[in-house]
Amino acid sequence: MDHEQAFELLPGYIDQELSLSESLEFERHLAGCEQCQQTYEQQRSVSTQLRQAGLRVEAPAELVKRIKGALPGRRSLWERLADRFGGGASGRSRGWAPVGAMAFSVIALTWSAGLYLSAPSDETRLTHELVDDHVRSLQFNHLSDVISTDRHTVKPWFDGKLDFAPPVVDLAQQGYPLVGGRLDYLNGRAVAVMVYRYKLHPINLYVWPGNDAGAPPPRIYEQQGYHLAHWSAAAMNYWAITDAGEAELNGFIANLLAHPAS
Amino acid sequence: MTDPDTARRFETLVLPHMNSAFNVARWLTHNDQDAQDVVQEAYLRAFRFFGGFRGEDARAWLLSIVRNTFYTWHQQNRGHAADTTEFEEDTHSLETSTANCAESPEAMLIRNQSQQRVHKALRCLRLEYREVIVLRELEELSYKEIADIVGIPMGTVMSRLGRGRQQLAALLAPTDQEA
Repeated sequence: MDHEQAFELLPGYIDQELSLSESLEFERHLAGCEQCQQTYEQQRSVSTQLRQAGLRVEAPAELVKRIKGALPGRRSLWERLADRFGGGASGRSRGWAPVGAMAFSVIALTWSAGLYLSAPSDETRLTHELVDDHVRSLQFNHLSDVISTDRHTVKPWFDGKLDFAPPVVDLAQQGYPLVGGRLDYLNGRAVAVMVYRYKLHPINLYVWPGNDAGAPPPRIYEQQGYHLAHWSAAAMNYWAITDAGEAELNGFIANLLAHPAS
Repeated sequence: MTDPDTARRFETLVLPHMNSAFNVARWLTHNDQDAQDVVQEAYLRAFRFFGGFRGEDARAWLLSIVRNTFYTWHQQNRGHAADTTEFEEDTHSLETSTANCAESPEAMLIRNQSQQRVHKALRCLRLEYREVIVLRELEELSYKEIADIVGIPMGTVMSRLGRGRQQLAALLAPTDQEA
C-alpha cells in the first residue's frame, strides 16, 4: 500500500470501517509514515472533541407535541388524556402503572362531568372544529382539492359548488402565495377554504357568508399551538388558522385586507 | 388509506427518532425555528411515504427525508438563509469566515470555552462536510447509512469525513489566536 492509498483510507481506519486486510495493511504503512501518524492523531482528536462537546441538540417539547398531534387520531382515549394531563412529558403514553391509571380515571370522570355540566359556547366549539379541520387537512394530503397558484383558476373552481362566491386574493408578492382551495363542511354548512403558505406553514382561510364577528383587525388567539383569527367583512365571515407565528398571521391578515378581491 | 396499524407502526418506528431528525436539521439550518419547520414538514412527508418504507432502518430513512426537505427549503430560501456563507476550501481564511458564521447567543451561554470553540468550528464548516460530520460524529451512523442518506458512494463519505476533520483540526489548532 503506497502513501496515497493509505492516506485515503485513514478516515475509514479511524471509524473502523475498513476490512481486516485493509486495516492490517494500513497499520503496516502507518508505523513507518510520519505524515500519516500526524494526520491520524489530528483527525482522531477532532473526532473525540466533537463527541465530547455536547453538540447534539434535542427536539423541543413543543415540536414533539405538535408532530404527535398531527398524526391521525387513532390513539386511545387514555393516550389523549395522558397528553392533556401528562404535562407534555413524552414517552409516557403507554404502559400505565395501575395506580396512575386509577388516578387518571378519576380525572377523566371529573373532566367529562365538567364538560357535561359546562357545555361549550358555540364559539369555543367552532374553534375546536376549526383546529381539528386544519389538522385533518394537513394529515391526508388533503390540503387542496384544486391546486393552483392562480386566483383565476381557484375562484371559478368554487362555482356551482357553493351558494356564494368567495373572494380570492393572490398574495405571492407579499410572501403568502396561494396554493389552492378546497371545499369543507364546517359549523353546519359548506364553506370555502383558500390555502395559502408562509414558507413551509400552510394557512387555511375559511370563508362563508355572514356577519358573526367584529370588523377587522381581529384579535389573534392561540389554541393547541395554532394561531387563529376571526373577523367579518363585506358580509363574509373569515377564519384564518395556521401553525405559523402570531406576527406572520397578523401580516397575512393585514395583506389580505389591503388587497381587493378579484 | 391510514389504517390504525399503519399509524401505530409509524409511531413505533419513526416517531422515536425525532431527536436525531431535529439534531440534523438544527445543524443544517443553523436556526431553531427553521429546524422545527424542516422537521415538521419532514414528518408529514415521512407519513405520506410510509407505505414505501420497507422497514430496514427507520432512522436512516427518516434522516434522508429530513435532508431532502432541508435542501428544498434551502433552495427556496437562498439569499435570506443564514447558510449562504460557506467556509472556503482554504482554511487560512479563518478570520473572515468566522465573522460570517457567528455563534448563536444561547450557545454562548451554555458552553465552556473549549466546547464553544468546537461548536463554532463545526458551525463554520462547509455544508457538504458538515452534514457528513454530523451524521458520523453526532448521530454515529455507518458509512453505508451516510452514503444512502446523502446519496454518494461510500468512498466519497470517507474522503469528505477526512477533509472535514482536517478543516476542523485547522480551525481548532492550539496556535489559534482566538483561543
